[in-house]
Amino acid sequence: MLRYIIRRVLIMVPTLVVTSMLIFTLIQLPPGDYFETYVAEMQAQGERADLSRVAFLKKEYGFDKPPVERYLRWVGGFFVGDYGYSFEYQLPVSEVVGDRLYLTVLVSFATILFTWAVAFPIGIYSATHQYSWGDYGLTFLGLIGIAIPHFLLALVFMYFANVWFGLSIGGLMDPQYFNQPLSWAKVGSILHHLWIPVIIIGAGGTGSMIRAVRANLLDELQKQYVTTARAKGLSPFKTLMKYPFRMSLNFFISDIGSVLPSVVSGAELVAIVLSLQTTGPLLIRALQAQDMYLAGSFLMFLALLTVIGVLISDIALAFLDPRIRLQGASTK
Amino acid sequence: MSGDHVNAPESAPELLPLSPTSLPPPGAPLAHFVSQAPFDAHEAEALSPEQEKFYLASQLRLMWVKFKRHRLALVSGVFLAVMYASIVICEFLAPYNYQTRDTEFIRAPPQAIHLFHEGKFVGPFVYGYAYRLNMDNLKREYTPDKQKVYPIRFLCRGDGYYFWGLVPGDLHLACPAKAGVLFLLGTDRLGRDMLSRLIYGARISLTIGLIGVSISFLLGIAIGGLAGYYGGVFDLLTQRAIEIVQSLPHIPIWLALAAIMPASWSPILVYFGITVILGLMDWTGLARAVRSKLLSLREEDYVLAAQLMGAGTVRVVGRHLIPGFLSHLIASATITIPTMILGETALSFLGLGLRPPITSWGVILNEAQNINVVALYPWLMLPVVPVVLVILAFNFFGDGLRDAADPYN
Repeated sequence: MLRYIIRRVLIMVPTLVVTSMLIFTLIQLPPGDYFETYVAEMQAQGERADLSRVAFLKKEYGFDKPPVERYLRWVGGFFVGDYGYSFEYQLPVSEVVGDRLYLTVLVSFATILFTWAVAFPIGIYSATHQYSWGDYGLTFLGLIGIAIPHFLLALVFMYFANVWFGLSIGGLMDPQYFNQPLSWAKVGSILHHLWIPVIIIGAGGTGSMIRAVRANLLDELQKQYVTTARAKGLSPFKTLMKYPFRMSLNFFISDIGSVLPSVVSGAELVAIVLSLQTTGPLLIRALQAQDMYLAGSFLMFLALLTVIGVLISDIALAFLDPRIRLQGASTK
Repeated sequence: MSGDHVNAPESAPELLPLSPTSLPPPGAPLAHFVSQAPFDAHEAEALSPEQEKFYLASQLRLMWVKFKRHRLALVSGVFLAVMYASIVICEFLAPYNYQTRDTEFIRAPPQAIHLFHEGKFVGPFVYGYAYRLNMDNLKREYTPDKQKVYPIRFLCRGDGYYFWGLVPGDLHLACPAKAGVLFLLGTDRLGRDMLSRLIYGARISLTIGLIGVSISFLLGIAIGGLAGYYGGVFDLLTQRAIEIVQSLPHIPIWLALAAIMPASWSPILVYFGITVILGLMDWTGLARAVRSKLLSLREEDYVLAAQLMGAGTVRVVGRHLIPGFLSHLIASATITIPTMILGETALSFLGLGLRPPITSWGVILNEAQNINVVALYPWLMLPVVPVVLVILAFNFFGDGLRDAADPYN
């Protein structure tokens, strides 16, 4: 087992190296760079850009050097905690992201809890009452959650939350708390606003989770050990919880890999529509403005989290499910 | 079934070779009986016509029989077929050309279809608008004007168009009355008919999913197939590549890729670029499925047989292995089409997707992205209805296909 874990960790290294190259290439590919856009924007507004400052920054960040050198500088910075400099915010990347990370994690965790709390009971009900009206209705509801584009759902929710409940439009708190130190009133305001993004972002995830729980549970329910458990007189609920439900959780563990990065990035589009102060809109904006270090470092962070998530789920699965073989070689 | 049991004792005596009266007296030997019917060694294997239908049916036929049982999937399939058929002739179906602007009717609300005017039957018609500029909030207000009766014309000459951009024509299924208007779903901020734009938008939105899925399908089968069959180093590399692609968050990568496309590209090129982008991020799931299937199937005896007979890799994978689970693959690919359609709306929402004059549902929805629309012009959000319906239909259709394609069910 230990050998397996060590091997899995070692494999992560080349994966991350290739990912970093890919990300660097991707954010370099669009023509032009942040400074060109910036100077053009300033000129369009009839202002004069401070060309000497631009020249200084360009030199400081090696824009006159070949891409390979810049890549090495960028990656090298990671090891000493230097994630680059956001040109747009004129702050180091870690400071720009830092503030927003807490709120993002809050929203995402609330969303995940919401998804689980809704999806598991519904999925179990649907599987045990297959082809009943309840099953059809709930599955349909879940599908609707998948099918509606989330940004539109966000718009509609935002409007009705304002009309019916008098919530301020957009944002995660009432406007007077922006840039205020944390206080009980602020926490209350955040909690008050939290449910809208949680429901909207959770809608899609809940739908697919319901389907997954239902499908996995249905597979397990047909197996003979369920019949055995029933035959020996175990109560239906206990039978369900003790065997098939636990077995059907495997998919759920293997899903952790994708959950982890989404906790940090949040749902970008919904966050833009609701103008949440999370990291999603920051990333999108950075990509659009070609604020390359901000975008690149953040993408790299997400990739790292995914790789760690996959690692965790692989190890957890190997521990939990004895049927999983660690060496996947041909038997012939 | 129970009827047979009741009849059995009555019909049994008739089966005896001799009539009951000729039974020998007790103790005497039974008369010898020889059946004259020709002997058929395969009689036990012979199938009744109903059985024959089932046992000898081709794989496709079996799938069809199973698929038909899934009512919702069948209905969804028919709905999708109709939708796809409509995109072939959308110029004819739309009452207006999608670029026709009527500046007198900016953000006019939908008109209702009526049949009776003041108690008299007129056939399907709409009331014209009475226009008033509200001087308090400068909102254009359109209300139905009961004086203006505009009967809808059918199979008529209306706006000119180029059929598929090539053949000029002006025949429409339905047109507004002469000098009248027909905005069944209202108009947008430039006074264009929403219904016509929706019908034209279907052409782009529905094909983008198909082309994108084809790209990811080919990539997935080729890469996953080779990885699963060869195993070893190639498999390891592919696995890592898949991991890398999956570790990148989709929307930012779409953004970065979409930003690469030069602004000078024509809208059609952008359209193909977007489909390629959507397909490039989507093949990993399919490649994984193909790989794991192949890993288990390549151990089968028939593969060994093929190899011993001298079949090459491409032949073994393409001729023997892939067809075994192709139907399953197609079913899973069907389920990913909605992701593509939603992805396109997301890209268009960020302004990085398709560009006007190309009109997709995402492009139309792009105009519905502020809160005023929800409050004042809710009909601008109507494109969400076909989006939701198509995605639901694809989900049900894909579920039905997958169940039908599963030979163990």
